[in-house]
Amino acid sequence: MRIVAVMNRIWRQFLHDKRTLALMLIAPLLILTLVALVFNGNTYKPKIGTVHLPDPIVQSLATTNVKLYAYDSTANALDAMKKQRIDAYIALSDGRPEIMLEGSDPTINKAVLLDMQSLSQEISGESQSLRPIVKYLYGSPTMTSFDSFGPVLIGFFAFFFVFLVSGISFLKERTTGTLERLLATPIRRWEIVTGYVGGFGVFTMVQAILIAWYSVDVLGMMMVGQMLSLLVVTLLLSMTALTLGIFLSSFATSEFQMMQFIPLVIVPQVFFSGLFNIDTMATWLRWLSKVMPLYYGADAMRNIMVRGEDLGAIWLDLVVLLGFSAAFVLLNVLTLRKYRKV
Amino acid sequence: MAARIEVKHVHRRFGNKTVLHDISMDVGESEIFGLLGPSGSGKTTLVKLIAGMDRPSSGTVVVEGVQMPRLDMLGRIGYMAQSDALYLELTARENLAFFASLFGLAGKEKRLRMEEVMSLVNLTDAMNRLVSAYSGGMKRRLSLAIALLHRPKVLLLDEPTVGIDPVLRMSIWRELRAMCQDGTTIVVTTHVMDEAEKCDRLGMIRDGRLIATGTPADLKRDTEASTIEEAFLAYGGVRA
Ligand SMILES: Nc1ncnc2c1ncn2[C@@H]1O[C@H](COP(=O)(O)OP(=O)(O)OP(=O)(O)O)[C@@H](O)[C@H]1O
Ligand SMILES: [Mg+2]
Repeated sequence: MRIVAVMNRIWRQFLHDKRTLALMLIAPLLILTLVALVFNGNTYKPKIGTVHLPDPIVQSLATTNVKLYAYDSTANALDAMKKQRIDAYIALSDGRPEIMLEGSDPTINKAVLLDMQSLSQEISGESQSLRPIVKYLYGSPTMTSFDSFGPVLIGFFAFFFVFLVSGISFLKERTTGTLERLLATPIRRWEIVTGYVGGFGVFTMVQAILIAWYSVDVLGMMMVGQMLSLLVVTLLLSMTALTLGIFLSSFATSEFQMMQFIPLVIVPQVFFSGLFNIDTMATWLRWLSKVMPLYYGADAMRNIMVRGEDLGAIWLDLVVLLGFSAAFVLLNVLTLRKYRKV
Repeated sequence: MAARIEVKHVHRRFGNKTVLHDISMDVGESEIFGLLGPSGSGKTTLVKLIAGMDRPSSGTVVVEGVQMPRLDMLGRIGYMAQSDALYLELTARENLAFFASLFGLAGKEKRLRMEEVMSLVNLTDAMNRLVSAYSGGMKRRLSLAIALLHRPKVLLLDEPTVGIDPVLRMSIWRELRAMCQDGTTIVVTTHVMDEAEKCDRLGMIRDGRLIATGTPADLKRDTEASTIEEAFLAYGGVRA
């Protein structure tokens, strides 16, 4: 009942504040469009599996810009690829090299193909018979970089705008004294937090649907998984952002201080969420990514949109995101003790 | 007469600064108790302790026989904060509806009560306006209206009439008096001396100490002062 009152109030505040509403709904679409228009790729050292390749080929492969891993069967190599340990594998099929690409990242696809191209010229001259056959596990030759990091961007926008807007609105509640006024009513602390989560949750849902629809249907981002799975992930990610925003707002005394959390909390997450390849980072840095909600959100998004996985395959990401939200909700209920002792 | 509010030996410290020193006072049923004191003397701190929003460092606050702070008592107390805590981006109606729901009002009763309190503070015409378009006095009145929504038996008003014109102030005091006669206990803080005269009893606070309590007439007689202002100065050790 009281939770509904809080939710209802938040909706009304949103409806009165058209600009913030627009920021949450339109801004992500705008930026996604821009990114789709301007993106360029970057370089990477591909990890390639080899299955019973003749020694000369392996030796000349080793001279190119790749890391090699040997497997004793294509099944094992395929398995490793599905676990994302390798980006491609090469096997001989009827004497002809066959390249299987993991395929979800076009930059990597290109890098692998480039290496293979120079390789096949080296060992066979221009012989047509040895020209490798190229196959994709996920993705396709027409996949662009935008398709690959689009899922990360969707996650990022869901996270960023919800974090900012919820954080600032809770901060305002504190600085204008309405929080104290609220706490002079018989509302329980968890009811306030739940009301916020519910109230923002609805907008987050609308935002998620809009972003996902726009990315897939208008910008033509690759989407082989289920829309529903995508929405579930977006919603969970937004919940994390929401509860984190509310929590951090208690360490800010003004909107400006809330903004200062962007370089501290948001920007680092971008670096670790898969926009850049984290395999090239130091080990301790890679560990850092494990405490970042966006890392899990982006991973789940990519698995759904590019690899077509269902929710069962990404359950770990979902559980971690839920865990983050639950932890932040608890922290929020505890921090509210500062303003009312009961 | 049973005391609705009993404050016993209350201290409140913030860090090493003691803001309230050994405050003891009682407020009865159907009584308007005025807290009078200069800025920074500790009035708001004391009111918040009674409202159950804060815990005394030592001593006890008992409201209707229940030791504060207690969550279930918050629904029986009406509190009007010193600063207007309103949602500026919402209309007055939305603000009222929100707080009414928090106090458990619903349906027809809620709507009726909202109309009632708004007419009490003379804001019926501005019901659907955004609060951001309200004047200072209008916001003050809306805050008061919100505090009255759930017909609390204990009403705590922190400087309720700041920025309200004399005519309206008079009508608000008439309402407070009427509610008081219906059995509501009211505590008001004020700097305004002519308002102090309207209280049944006064408590004078200076530097966190309750330096005197009594009816306005008693306080004036004891200090041989002709106004409450003079009486206050006399208790503070200053002879006019
Ligand atoms: N949370 C707090 N932390 C530290 N000091 C505080 C806190 N709240 C109040 N004080 C101090 O307690 C003293 C009394 O404050 P209080 O707000 O109760 O005064 P007041 O009588 O209501 O004043 P005014 O008439 O200006 O509203 C002030 O010196 C104030 O600085
Ligand atoms: Mg005060």
